[in-house]
Amino acid sequence: MDKFYHSVRLDADLCQGCINCIKHCPTEAIRVRNGKARINAKFCIDCGECIRICPHHAKFALSDKLETALHVRKYNVALPAPSLYGQFNNLDDVNIVLNALKHMGFDDVYEVGAAAEIVSEITREYLENHKENYPLISTACPSIVRLIRVRFPNLIPHLLPLNPPIEVAAKLAVKKAMKDSGLPRNQIGITFISPCPSKVAYVQSPLGVERSNVDFVVAIKDIYPILLSHMKAVDLPDMEDIATSGKIGVSWGRSGGEAGGLFTDDYLAADGIRNVIRVLEDMEDEKFSNLKFVELDACDGGCVGGVLQVENPYVAAVKLMRLRKYMPVARAHVDDAESKNDVPWNKRVEYEPVYSLGSDMMESFSRLNQAERLLKKLPGLDCGSCGAPTCRCLAEDIVRGEANETDCVYYLKENLHRLSQEVETLSEDIGKDANGEETISLLRQYMTRIREAMNELDRKDAMKKKTEVQDDGTGTD
Amino acid sequence: MADVITLTYDVKKDDFTRAGEASADVKQKLKQMGVSPEAVRKVSIAMYEGEINMVIHAEGGKITVTISPGKIHMVLADVGPGIEDIDKAMQPGYSTAPDEIRNLGFGAGMGLPNMKKYTDYMHIDTKIGVGTTITMEVNI
Repeated sequence: MDKFYHSVRLDADLCQGCINCIKHCPTEAIRVRNGKARINAKFCIDCGECIRICPHHAKFALSDKLETALHVRKYNVALPAPSLYGQFNNLDDVNIVLNALKHMGFDDVYEVGAAAEIVSEITREYLENHKENYPLISTACPSIVRLIRVRFPNLIPHLLPLNPPIEVAAKLAVKKAMKDSGLPRNQIGITFISPCPSKVAYVQSPLGVERSNVDFVVAIKDIYPILLSHMKAVDLPDMEDIATSGKIGVSWGRSGGEAGGLFTDDYLAADGIRNVIRVLEDMEDEKFSNLKFVELDACDGGCVGGVLQVENPYVAAVKLMRLRKYMPVARAHVDDAESKNDVPWNKRVEYEPVYSLGSDMMESFSRLNQAERLLKKLPGLDCGSCGAPTCRCLAEDIVRGEANETDCVYYLKENLHRLSQEVETLSEDIGKDANGEETISLLRQYMTRIREAMNELDRKDAMKKKTEVQDDGTGTD
Repeated sequence: MADVITLTYDVKKDDFTRAGEASADVKQKLKQMGVSPEAVRKVSIAMYEGEINMVIHAEGGKITVTISPGKIHMVLADVGPGIEDIDKAMQPGYSTAPDEIRNLGFGAGMGLPNMKKYTDYMHIDTKIGVGTTITMEVNI
């Protein structure tokens, strides 16, 4: 399995080569090359920020179609994420959503919120027994684990080595489905109803387990309109009571929910990838003391902020709060030793030093040195015209051999000025010079270089104009 | 090609919002250099503590970091009151930070002890009423 598999992709036809995504990517993973955005797989953490920001909707997340989830396997189980419940107006009973999923064609549902309560219980136990690793960092958001894996090696020992609720739910759902249906594993389909691209990537390239038990991932936004019509069709009085999650499980859908289930005040909960990065930087410098647990969510507001959803994250969070009001604190419990074994990781997360500039320290050192000197020559405007988000990024790309100084328009212009000055000096010399021929040939060389630089500028301009024209055509809303 | 990388940072008095920027920048560069996580941690903590000290106690100053393939050399030079009793200042928990600084969560008296703890070499050069220059090294 590719450890740098990603679900966030680019639709090259829609991409206009503008600089919105490169500027908003929190890990500086995107570059515009030849007029199209390119995602560097090593830096990308599937947070979905570029999907959110792209005005041309050229970024998307791979996910499965509902038909696939319902028809490829014989017996199909839906795993709704808690944030799904925050998408509907006036929902007062989770059973309506769960029954609608069955009405839609799933043979069974297994609430991720129920698995979350089991994870909460085991986390409480883990915290008690592993004080030496305080503060423990939540591993429920795959984007956060990926970020720590490439950028915060010193924090890897603090990662809570427990599977996220999605994985625990899938494991438990598989067991239940095999028992209920009598079918073998390969005829059972486990489908996660996902708020974000990060979970899609997790299923293909999981962290903490060798292979995920989730078979398909359907985006909440794709299932939403269909689910709404099935919710209307659910017969309320005869509705089956199949809900298995309580307050704690439902609360996992928003920031602070996971930490709230640990029954301690000594926690920190941060949401939004940029805030999270600041917290991780400070944690690395050991600025916090007396903390037991740190919950980090890549999306604003927590999972309700996932980019594959329809409702405003903060409105969705309020809806979850209302919904959980009369629920029991928890409905799912660790009642057998077996389900307890499904929770811990069985594979360690290892540091991936993708930010190293070279293959060994000497090479990295000399490249860093080179980049520092290059940076002094670049204009420092961070204009993005070169396709890199900042001048520093361009300097780093150049020393990695992935870009050229001439990618910078200011560098090109500077070059032109310098060359034309030299031409001027040379032509003045021609009159007095005895070696006329030699000077003229030098002059020709300079003229060629000027022409090349002009062509390069023209090419960049043409690319920009093309984008602007298309912008005019599409800017109707 | 020069065989060292020299980075300089100005530190301003009482500018808490920017305190820690220099150590964050050095930290990022060390990661790009492929320096071991443990060494990165030592440098960033020692430098952060020193930077905060310059903001709290001194009138500001200058940090010069020299990176060479074998070690990180840091010089934190401030203009300030100087340290009256170095031995006392090196004791964990001893602090002369005023209350308003302590209320911000600083001034726990761990600055100098941590700098000593996380570096392979540390030297304090101080003159009362003039300033303090702290030299630290971490081997990589």
